[in-house]
Amino acid sequence: MPPSQEFRIIGRSWPRHDAREKVLGRPIYASDFTMPGMLHGRALRSLYPSARILSIDTSEAEKLPGVVCVLTHKDVPKNEMEMALPGRMAEATAGAQMATQPILADGRVRFLGEAIALVAAESPEAAAQALDLIRVEYEELPGVYDSLEAMKQGAPKVHESGNILQRWHVRKGDVGSGFEEADVILERTYHVQLLDHAYMETEGGVAWVDPDGTLVMKVGTQVVEHYTDVTEALQIPRNKIRLIAAPMGGGFGGREDVTVEILVGLLAWHTRRPVRLVYSRDESILAHGKRNAYVLRYKMGAKRSGEITALEAEVVSDSGAYAALTPWILYYTTATATGPYRIPDVLVDASAVYTNNTFASAFRGFGSVQACFAYEGHMDAMAGELGMSPREFRERNYLKKGDTISSGWALESEPMLDELTSRAWEALGPPPKREPGKKIGRGMAATMVPYGRMAWTHDSSTAWVGMEADGTAMVRCAAPDPGGGQGSSLVAIAAEVLGLPMSRVSIGPADSHMAPRAGTTTATRQLFMSGNAVLKAAREVRESLVAQAAQMLGAREADIELVEGDALTPDGRRLGLAQVVREAIASGRPVESLAKYDAPVADTIDPDTGQGKPFNDFTFGVQVAEVEVDEETGQVRVRRFVTAFDVGKAINPSAVEGQLQGGVGMGLGDALMEEVVIDEGFTRNPHLMDYKLPTTLDTPDIETIVLESGQGLGPFGAKGIGEPALIPTRATIVNAVSDAIGVQLREAPLTPERVYRAMRSGTD
Amino acid sequence: MNQEISLVVNGTSHTVRVGDHWTLLDLLHDALDLKGTKDGCGEGVCGACTVLVNGRAVRACLTLAAYVQGAEVVTIEGLARDDELDPVQRTFLELGAVQCGYCTPGMIMMSKALLDENPNPTRDEVREALAGNLCRCSGYTKIIDAVMAVRGAD
Ligand code: FES
Ligand code: FES
Repeated sequence: MPPSQEFRIIGRSWPRHDAREKVLGRPIYASDFTMPGMLHGRALRSLYPSARILSIDTSEAEKLPGVVCVLTHKDVPKNEMEMALPGRMAEATAGAQMATQPILADGRVRFLGEAIALVAAESPEAAAQALDLIRVEYEELPGVYDSLEAMKQGAPKVHESGNILQRWHVRKGDVGSGFEEADVILERTYHVQLLDHAYMETEGGVAWVDPDGTLVMKVGTQVVEHYTDVTEALQIPRNKIRLIAAPMGGGFGGREDVTVEILVGLLAWHTRRPVRLVYSRDESILAHGKRNAYVLRYKMGAKRSGEITALEAEVVSDSGAYAALTPWILYYTTATATGPYRIPDVLVDASAVYTNNTFASAFRGFGSVQACFAYEGHMDAMAGELGMSPREFRERNYLKKGDTISSGWALESEPMLDELTSRAWEALGPPPKREPGKKIGRGMAATMVPYGRMAWTHDSSTAWVGMEADGTAMVRCAAPDPGGGQGSSLVAIAAEVLGLPMSRVSIGPADSHMAPRAGTTTATRQLFMSGNAVLKAAREVRESLVAQAAQMLGAREADIELVEGDALTPDGRRLGLAQVVREAIASGRPVESLAKYDAPVADTIDPDTGQGKPFNDFTFGVQVAEVEVDEETGQVRVRRFVTAFDVGKAINPSAVEGQLQGGVGMGLGDALMEEVVIDEGFTRNPHLMDYKLPTTLDTPDIETIVLESGQGLGPFGAKGIGEPALIPTRATIVNAVSDAIGVQLREAPLTPERVYRAMRSGTD
Repeated sequence: MNQEISLVVNGTSHTVRVGDHWTLLDLLHDALDLKGTKDGCGEGVCGACTVLVNGRAVRACLTLAAYVQGAEVVTIEGLARDDELDPVQRTFLELGAVQCGYCTPGMIMMSKALLDENPNPTRDEVREALAGNLCRCSGYTKIIDAVMAVRGAD
């Protein structure tokens, strides 16, 4: 970009490129997609959380008219999914987990709702009836449903290898001497419950076999690379499958794991007909990965002056029945356990444990929400012990650029936490008057969240940008957009660089056959990674167009600007880009480019001490809330909520606000009402009727403060905001309620009963 | 037993043969191929399936197809005139009230029903009216902004 030129698109608020289609109700989500002759797929799911399967009899189901096939584990060429990270990072990661999960249960089920058999039928009704006709004989086995119980000697073993799945450690300085220096030492335990993503569209996909023998699937997924899991299961070559990410009704990490891909792929492969498989809502709650439940014991030492000297944390994560991404989620918790604070001596021991609960896995925040709840709860508790305000105590300890984090790495960007804190509190204004019958409280939470993958993973993204001879442009980049606006940002970046209006730039689908590999839409990495790849490709195309235009206009390249589809000279001469492109093609100049962006790379951290460079950069934010608690009922109402983040650069400020508000909306559910209740292995609330989500009545107008420090590693200095937006909300609201009632609450959701009981007992 | 239902959808008359337990959602989404009406829960909780039946907002997943015999139904596909967006669609678009878009048709239809009845709602009235429509992406603020802005947009 010539420095003289102001941004025309970046930093201004515009409707997303796909918003018009969406308000017209036009996008075809996986669950809307149909094909001629399409069959309906369903999965039979385990009725017990821990059992041996003695026999499976499918003969009656197979006889039912309309049933085309019934599959069990015997029909899966490789009935084992390897639990390494998706995408391309597994090979590069130290200590990669190679735990496995059967695709269809073979002799044993380990959680309620585990898939046992598959049916494809001519109608949804026949498929449902067929499920009823499959006879499964079970022998119940003892199970274990609590992570701390599962760690004990003699606990029922979920897997032969034992119940400990993974451990991570941090050893920085010497906590012993850190605690000796402290005037006050405080130890408390925090609990985080199991949560469901509850995206409005459940998991689904359609698969078919093309005439050339390629297995094609359209699936709502955040990870196009899941096609490799399907080819593994089917034992077919990796170039004989094509996976297209369909528009999705939300992702939030729930489509980061394989969902229906292998199931629907197996059915299409066996029947050679198109098959659609969409989870029912209860299936979605029972059978896909949940947000890990945690227990976190925090012990902190501080001087009277408010300086933190030491932190010791013991963290236990409930992985549920299978590993999925739990080992990596636990790493994020471990690496962020100290929050955005300067702490010289740190010891963290973290374990992930198998139980017979629904397996847990990626959920927006990826281990950072759990850590944030504990460190921010503990910051408030410690501030109380020291007689300081929560804000003052935090400000005393906030990280600054150059300070070392718990991995011993010195921060390379300025966290801006002081500014975020004062702006957030300023927005909240003076404290409100007391009201009879109500307890009013205020709380805050600050956070530090990585965006992009771990620095040792050699993460990369590729994108293609090309001009058409009519002066429009195309972006190809296999970056799925679960609704966060990833696609729109890529369109905007290309349009900005090429001097085109957004309406003249299109982006193709995230299609494993047609678009260059962008990596997963997870880890808040797409804007950072694919944004940079598109930027690089678009700049290369621009260079070529500018050279061509300079020649045609008899001007210097440095003087050419591309604006609204024209090439301009300083003296006002202009040429349409369509003409420039046609000339460029005729003279053999490139009008397209394929570019790869590589994230900065560091050495792998030391697994015994957690020392090294864990991530390339972090996003920082502060949230404050004002709540009221009904003294009679314990009912909590969030009256005000302010969320303040440094996003580096807002590509589309309106979309950034939307992400910030959406994160708060979701965190409010986590804090006040949501929990997947599993009672001895049985899920009690697998419906939206009793898995309560926040409505318009629960959610206040969410005020946003967007700081743009320009320090990010993404395009134009952007940082990532998708996951960070959510992370401190749970802690903010719980801290505010604790302030209101004068008792520290250390678990959520804050149902009226829980708050009422705490208020009555007056102790925590 | 199968049954024939005649109804008007987005101004066009249809006669549809429907199965026994068909809901209006099945009829619209599967028989008439109007994919804009969404299934979020199938049990009346999320509002993604909201459509107008004789001018009133109903949940298509809870409405038996037999019940709409002779009715006039408007779905999200029926709002825009010759590609000109309805004011509610326009404000949702312009104010960034759309993220994944899955709740959007239901939200827009519910807002439409509200504004038809009460063209000048307060913010609280909008909150009340949309309380049965869940959105997991937005935190609702921009959705409410969009409904409030319709008055100005008209
Ligand atoms: S699908 Fe009808 S209310 Fe959820
Ligand atoms: S925009 Fe995704 S559910 Fe509302």
